[in-house]
Amino acid sequence: MTPVAVSAITVSTALGGGLAAQREALRQGRSGLRRNDFGSAPRLGWIGRVEGVETTTLPPALADQECRNNRLAWLGLQQDGFLDRVYAARERHGARRLALLLGTSTASIGATEEAYRRLDSDGRFPADLRRPAVHTPHSLAAFVAAVLALEGPSLTVSTACSSSAKVFASAARLLALDLADAAVVGGVDSLCDNVLFGFNALELISPAACRPFDADRDGISIGEAAGFALLERIDAAPRAPRLLGYGEASDAWHMSAPHPDGHGAERALDAAMARAGLDATQVDYVNLHGTASRANDEMEAALLARRFPATTRASSTKGFTGHTLGAAGIVEAAIALQAIEQGFVPGNIGTSTPDPACGAQFAWQGEERLVDVALSHSFGFGGNNACLLFGRAP
Amino acid sequence: MTALDVYVEGIGLWSPQLGNFAALRERLAGATPDSASPPVATLLPANERRRAPECVRLAMEVAGQALAASGYDPTTLACVFASAYGDQAITDVICATLARAPTELSPTRFHHSVHNAPAGYWTIATGCRAPSSAVSAGACTFGAALLEATALALAERRPVLLACSDTAGHGPLAEMTRCAHAFGCALLLAPAAGANAQARLRLRVADDGTAPTPAPVLLAGEAAGNPSAAALPLLALLATQADSCRIGLSATTDLRVTVEPLA
Repeated sequence: MTPVAVSAITVSTALGGGLAAQREALRQGRSGLRRNDFGSAPRLGWIGRVEGVETTTLPPALADQECRNNRLAWLGLQQDGFLDRVYAARERHGARRLALLLGTSTASIGATEEAYRRLDSDGRFPADLRRPAVHTPHSLAAFVAAVLALEGPSLTVSTACSSSAKVFASAARLLALDLADAAVVGGVDSLCDNVLFGFNALELISPAACRPFDADRDGISIGEAAGFALLERIDAAPRAPRLLGYGEASDAWHMSAPHPDGHGAERALDAAMARAGLDATQVDYVNLHGTASRANDEMEAALLARRFPATTRASSTKGFTGHTLGAAGIVEAAIALQAIEQGFVPGNIGTSTPDPACGAQFAWQGEERLVDVALSHSFGFGGNNACLLFGRAP
Repeated sequence: MTALDVYVEGIGLWSPQLGNFAALRERLAGATPDSASPPVATLLPANERRRAPECVRLAMEVAGQALAASGYDPTTLACVFASAYGDQAITDVICATLARAPTELSPTRFHHSVHNAPAGYWTIATGCRAPSSAVSAGACTFGAALLEATALALAERRPVLLACSDTAGHGPLAEMTRCAHAFGCALLLAPAAGANAQARLRLRVADDGTAPTPAPVLLAGEAAGNPSAAALPLLALLATQADSCRIGLSATTDLRVTVEPLA
């Protein structure tokens, strides 16, 4: 495929707001996870909670879109000068030529949960939550379209934990077909009872901070995050790092467990490599999906071991941020791009006894290292897999 | 503005009054078809069919109809499942459980609640290992999903199954979604005309404000109260083999679609 320039990117996670906060924590090996202090009792496990979401306020004109997820989106949009980059692109190309493609798994379901906790005496939503704009999966993209005043195509992708990786693929297709000159992609997922108790019901929540690829790993820690990137054709940003390839594939196996042989994940990987015209020996760093669930990490460790040489370095960063679900794709795309820009491979923190299935590729601690090509894995419920390959501008 | 040409090789449709695309044709010809029987989703194994939520059965029913007409192999067929609201019945019961006794949330309900549950069920039932997606765009879900599916078909030169469906609202949430009845449709879109091509669609992103074409008066009952029914003006053109329409693409833009019959 024709590579696409990633001309701006920002993410906010439990590590802090913006790229500098991510860089600092990743270098220090400092986790953003904490004991669960969010939502309804009992508060199970550990979480990756973003500081400052409660005190963030939306402009009065957007009050009908008020909810935790949109506050987190607003907080995220303010970082790293991202708004100015989008405004400049809008100026350059025209608002109708900017597409908006955002991933989320639960959008603002937290607001719907709250309405059900506070039903009025007639069994209706309380008056302050009778706002259809927040009781829909498209609430995030509609909010961000309003904030950025974009007038091009706009879409929510909601494929669980691959959502905000797949938006890069959709955007690349719109640019290739000249349906847009630039695209804002990304995703936001925020803490809510739905995911905390849902993953608990599946017995997938670790009682402690998650330990990706540990022999004794016992589940995930859920996090929240907001992230956005601006994608343009290379001539608009020739020096920016690039999306070199994407791959998408389905497991055809199970709604809530990956195929044990990882064939869907591997098909997505093969498709990304083929589009980029690269082979595994040319991949310097893999940011793994690495949720710390028994099943994912077993499948993914085997995939890594059979496909990559030891010179490829790999880590899951879920021990830093928690599993940010529909936002994991954009968060880990940003970490992969930072690895290229900073020459630093983050460590796979949280793990004390590596699973024997893990090969020599694992960077258990952070490593200084030149990274020209970085890969990000995102695998979701329903057997939905996406891989993204990023590279330095030549 | 770039025009996108894509070929329709299969059409699926289900509403409480219209059980398939042929019933829509009859309705537009002045007949009053009998009420449709509930969506069957024949591609689901019988035990899965009993367990699968209504929202999954509806999406699989219309997708299965479009697939059957096309003759494509589902194992390699990319698919895009669209819904404005996802599974409203599951959302209702999950939110009610979370408000009452959160630790009693059912694991099955939770994994059914993901927006890509229909895509997951479809890929599992048909053995599809191709790319699959699940998308949403409020009132413009059909238009935005049509563009997404067409872009996938043309950029990757592969056929794409698009299904767009919403079920009726449930519980207190229904006052917000105002979804009064179920509606689903599906289009099998191909980058080049195959043996079963029924029509060519020419898509353009409009360069003026939004003014979607209303559904024909005969379909007013189907059109009201379900965002996926935004597909009806286009489905009506495919049934009557003529002309062009505008489908909402976003809050500020439409998709202009011209239908050219081939058969």
